[in-house]
Amino acid sequence: MPAEPLVTLSGVHKSFGAFKALSDITLSVAPGEKVVVCGPSGSGKSTMIRCINGLEPYQQGKITVAGRYLTEEEEVGRAVRQEVGMVFQSFNLFPHLTILENCILAPQWVQGKSRDEAVETARRYLKRVDILEQADKYPIQLSGGQQQRVAIARALCMAPRLMLFDEPTSALDPEMVKEVLDVMTDLAREGMTMICVTHEMGFAQAVADRVIFMDRGRIVEQAPPRAFFTAPQSARAQEFLAQLLH
Amino acid sequence: MMRYLLADPARLRRIGLGFGFVILVAVLTLVNQKPWTPEALSGLNPWVLRLGTALVLALLVMANIRALGLLPRAAQVWGVWIELFLLLMAFFWSFDLSFSFIARKIGFLITQGVAMTLYISALSILIATVIALVGAVAKMSKNGVIYGLASFYTSLFRGLPLLMQIYIIYLGLPQVGYVIGAVPAGVLALSLCYGAYMTEIFRAGIESIPRGQSEGATALGLAPAQSMVLVILPQAMRIIIPPTGNQFIAMLKDSSLVSVVGVWELMYLARTQGQTEFRHIEMLITASMIYWLLSIGLEYAQSRIEARFGRSNAR
Ligand SMILES: Nc1ncnc2c1ncn2[C@@H]1O[C@H](COP(=O)(O)OP(=O)(O)OP(=O)(O)O)[C@@H](O)[C@H]1O
Ligand SMILES: [Mg+2]
Repeated sequence: MPAEPLVTLSGVHKSFGAFKALSDITLSVAPGEKVVVCGPSGSGKSTMIRCINGLEPYQQGKITVAGRYLTEEEEVGRAVRQEVGMVFQSFNLFPHLTILENCILAPQWVQGKSRDEAVETARRYLKRVDILEQADKYPIQLSGGQQQRVAIARALCMAPRLMLFDEPTSALDPEMVKEVLDVMTDLAREGMTMICVTHEMGFAQAVADRVIFMDRGRIVEQAPPRAFFTAPQSARAQEFLAQLLH
Repeated sequence: MMRYLLADPARLRRIGLGFGFVILVAVLTLVNQKPWTPEALSGLNPWVLRLGTALVLALLVMANIRALGLLPRAAQVWGVWIELFLLLMAFFWSFDLSFSFIARKIGFLITQGVAMTLYISALSILIATVIALVGAVAKMSKNGVIYGLASFYTSLFRGLPLLMQIYIIYLGLPQVGYVIGAVPAGVLALSLCYGAYMTEIFRAGIESIPRGQSEGATALGLAPAQSMVLVILPQAMRIIIPPTGNQFIAMLKDSSLVSVVGVWELMYLARTQGQTEFRHIEMLITASMIYWLLSIGLEYAQSRIEARFGRSNAR
């Protein structure tokens, strides 16, 4: 793709004290591209995507998002986060607000939209994740799968150019995984740029343009999903996939 | 020993009751300096009379507890309250109070004293809340200077007796050229002292909210202040409100310390109004009852607020 990349990481290093969580990460994601990140626990997947929206500072290298150089400056971070939606493993919905209020909070306070305007947008996205009927309930009254769909809608309400997902289905009961993956698949089909940490291989095969395998803070292997899942090159990836299938 | 006591619940109960009875008799014997002395027994050793009176009284107490035990729970609570209240009144009655004097003064105690006490307490709790909010945020700051300021503040103002703070502010500020009135000095001292305590309450409340909440807010693009006010504090309030209510009740009574610099609040009036006619005890008891009533009112308000907050946050 000749288009300018939406996200670039070049030579990024990140440590927590003496512990090196990311080593020399270089990666670029084009607009509309879908990247799935996988790897064993503690390999730095969460840390990497949290660096991309400035939730974690990094010590070396350079990250750009939508052409903006992501520094530690608060203003820069906030500007970047307005372009980037993030969905967490634990949903992180605000329990004291209704579903609708969860979705209009940031558009109103960050984008300065009027309440009516924000509500209209929110209702559109809630409808899209098929949860509009629950708009006036509180998060605790919803199932995990419904909560995660709300979290996706809430992120979409900010009209992001990039969506980050950190194991969005791994806190869910098995029967709810599909409803969330379906929403994500739809989103991918509509052309959203996505970086998604997940071990859902079916989803990766169906949606991803590229799979990135991480181990011990490094990107060990990158390949299209078919190639990665059928013929992983590195020994670590082979081991990891064998365990995943066991 | 432990085994002997715990093995048989009925025995434990008997031993406990017996033990309580003995202690009650002992205390009553030692404390009661004017035992009941019928004519016929007036020649006896006073200690025998004391012991006899104590036994009778203790038996009455035990019988009373037994009788209360037969009632349903709510009636038990009311029964205990009414009995103890009557005892308290009997205690006051024994002072031979002049009720006409109280009636003459109570109006002023309320219009001036209670009004000033409530004014000082309410203003101070308001300022203390603001201080506590700023202090809590500062105490969680990564910036060492800010943390240093906040921790020095809380350490100093929690470490000095409130009375000392009132004197230092009232007498000390004029030394550096800033003359301060008694009321502002009192409010300042109360606010700073309670602000320091409440800083810890607010910090604990804020820290009890899971990290994911502020991360979720940050990821949506909210600025730190927005995330604090719109997301964290509304949730933290449920944890902050109950101890803050206690602080308010405590402050209501600690505001009496401000009387030392001559503020005409309830305590000051209670001490001074009785002087001219040597009716100190009347005023002190009246003021005490007023403090108690105010506290009960606040406790009630607090329980209402808690209930309301609990509901709106019912998730
Ligand atoms: N705030 C932190 N302080 C110290 N160490 C941390 C912190 N966050 C993460 N780490 C460490 O960094 C490493 C990478 O963590 P990360 O959460 O990115 O792994 P992960 O690949 O997402 O793993 P998982 O699959 O378990 O989510 C881990 O060893 C973790 O212990
Ligand atoms: Mg992770």
